[in-house]
Amino acid sequence: MPPDPLVVARGLRKSYGTARRPVTVLDGVDLTLHRGEVLALLGPNGAGKTTTVRILSTLLRPDAGTATVAGHDLLTAPARVREVISLTGQYAAVDEKLSGRENLAVMGRLAHLPRRTARRRVDELLDAFDLGDAADRRISTYSGGMRRRLDLAAGLLRRPQVLFLDEPTTGLDPRSRQTMWEVIRDVIAEGTSLFLTTQYLEEADQLAHRIALIDGGRVVAEGTPEELKRRVGDAGVELTFATAALAATSAAALAEHGATHEGDVVRLPTDGSLAHVRSLLTAIEKAGVTPEHWEVRAPTLDDVFLTLTGRAARARDTDPSDQEAAA
Amino acid sequence: MSAIHSPDTHAETVGRRIRYAASELTTMSGRSLRLVRRDPDELLISLVLPITIMLLFVYVFGGAIQSGTDYVTYATPGVILLCAGYGASNTAIAVNQDMTTGTMDRFRSMPIASAAVLVGHIVASVVKNLVTTAMVLGVAALIGFRPDANALEWLGAIAMIAGYILAITCLAAFVGVIVRGPAAAGGFGFFMLFAPYVSSAFVPPETMPSWLRGFAEQQPVTPVIETIRGLLVGLGSDAAPVTDLGGTAAIAVGWCAVFTVLGLVAASWAFARQRR
Ligand SMILES: Nc1ncnc2c1ncn2[C@@H]1O[C@H](COP(=O)(O)OP(=O)(O)O)[C@@H](O)[C@H]1O
Ligand SMILES: [Mg+2]
Repeated sequence: MPPDPLVVARGLRKSYGTARRPVTVLDGVDLTLHRGEVLALLGPNGAGKTTTVRILSTLLRPDAGTATVAGHDLLTAPARVREVISLTGQYAAVDEKLSGRENLAVMGRLAHLPRRTARRRVDELLDAFDLGDAADRRISTYSGGMRRRLDLAAGLLRRPQVLFLDEPTTGLDPRSRQTMWEVIRDVIAEGTSLFLTTQYLEEADQLAHRIALIDGGRVVAEGTPEELKRRVGDAGVELTFATAALAATSAAALAEHGATHEGDVVRLPTDGSLAHVRSLLTAIEKAGVTPEHWEVRAPTLDDVFLTLTGRAARARDTDPSDQEAAA
Repeated sequence: MSAIHSPDTHAETVGRRIRYAASELTTMSGRSLRLVRRDPDELLISLVLPITIMLLFVYVFGGAIQSGTDYVTYATPGVILLCAGYGASNTAIAVNQDMTTGTMDRFRSMPIASAAVLVGHIVASVVKNLVTTAMVLGVAALIGFRPDANALEWLGAIAMIAGYILAITCLAAFVGVIVRGPAAAGGFGFFMLFAPYVSSAFVPPETMPSWLRGFAEQQPVTPVIETIRGLLVGLGSDAAPVTDLGGTAAIAVGWCAVFTVLGLVAASWAFARQRR
């Protein structure tokens, strides 16, 4: 399939604050989403994800830069853009006092679907989003996960070409997150192109074809999840020792397994498979090494930023420097 | 599908846009009405509060106030406006809720006339307040309110009440758009609840100190009250049979029209400006 750019953003800039003391939120963002693709905009709190989504979904005017969606210019033809997009924002847009079905019915009427088509589509969505049993209950009785699913369904009465999803699982427990991912995968499978934002590397890895890393209002790295992970490295078995000296000797004993140490922590890279972790644990035992504590740790957003930008993500600016000062 | 691919004539496009806008308006009004119905507590308070105030005035202060008529007959039009004021403040809160949650973002990102949200809230508020007005009138009748009006006068009074409700609801919509939170939106209700006190609603302005009397006689609520009282009871604030009801009504309608237009223009201006 030849790449068919659906969302193209070039040099998006946005600042808040006064003319004299502007606070730059977006500092020249370039992004492309191709038809049929899932792009994850990955970044910490305050990186500019929501601002980007609000600009691309016609809610906010950029100070500079251009963007088109399905060939329509955001600035000159926002009405056209709205016909092909759907937005599910970071904050739920459902009416608490109405039931799930009533919420969707309102959206069906606003989509100008014929009555019967609308009813059928509402049932279809309630089913697909695993909300059939709760359909006639008020949203105020829904769990966080159910609410997010209904919010997503409310944007899908008419099938959009591009779906914008702003942090769909932030604040959800692991199980609700899994369910949400399944629902999102179903939507993707129907051929909807997805522009996703997230703070979780795992979420981007699970759902996206391509990841754009955003930090301080700039896209600082871009690639497939595989490319990024290859650059960041695999998961690791981490051993914590009582003293840094003990960690150093233990790392030497485990050198053939690629052990590295930093402070009182020794890290052994692994692909995370059961077999490999087991073999590592056996090797550790054989080496007679006795850590206080151990865990298998997947690379996190922090690791990604540290590796790809050489520093921690902006939102955490103060923490690492404190640690450096202490070290 | 065919509708999308067939080349539209200009008239067809315009026709469809009008049909769509009409359906968006009814959908939004239906939504707002349903939200009102789902909150019986709010409805109850917007009824209990003015009725309590009415009972307070009639039975506690009423004896001391020389209104020249049965006091309940004098005060009922004012209580109706109090009630409407409180109802409007709830509209400000409802509008504000939509503006400050994700709801507005969702609507604005859709190919619809998103200002229909505001109109929906206004329509629901007018309907709701007419219902509470009927209930207040019912309670007033129970405690001795004896209107003396024919069908036409009733119709006129109801139209005047509806006009007042519309005017303050449009102002409330504007307030709901611009304020930052529900507490500030509720503050509007506080103001609207007090506006009728400094008018001829509860005491004849003739009894006020002259500087206040000037304000009370000129402020917009007074001609509205005088019109309603004149139509329903046939008396003025001085307990004499009304004279020049037509002139008073014209001023009242004028005020309502001014505030309705002002509220609508300001609300839609603020609404459009929110897209920073
Ligand atoms: N309306 C606004 N006024 C001032 N600052 C804002 C406004 N909206 C967002 N910001 C600031 O812009 C930065 C980026 O915000 P946002 O795009 O919401 O980030 P993210 O979604 O990645 O967490 C934050 O520092 C935020 O405080
Ligand atoms: Mg955000």
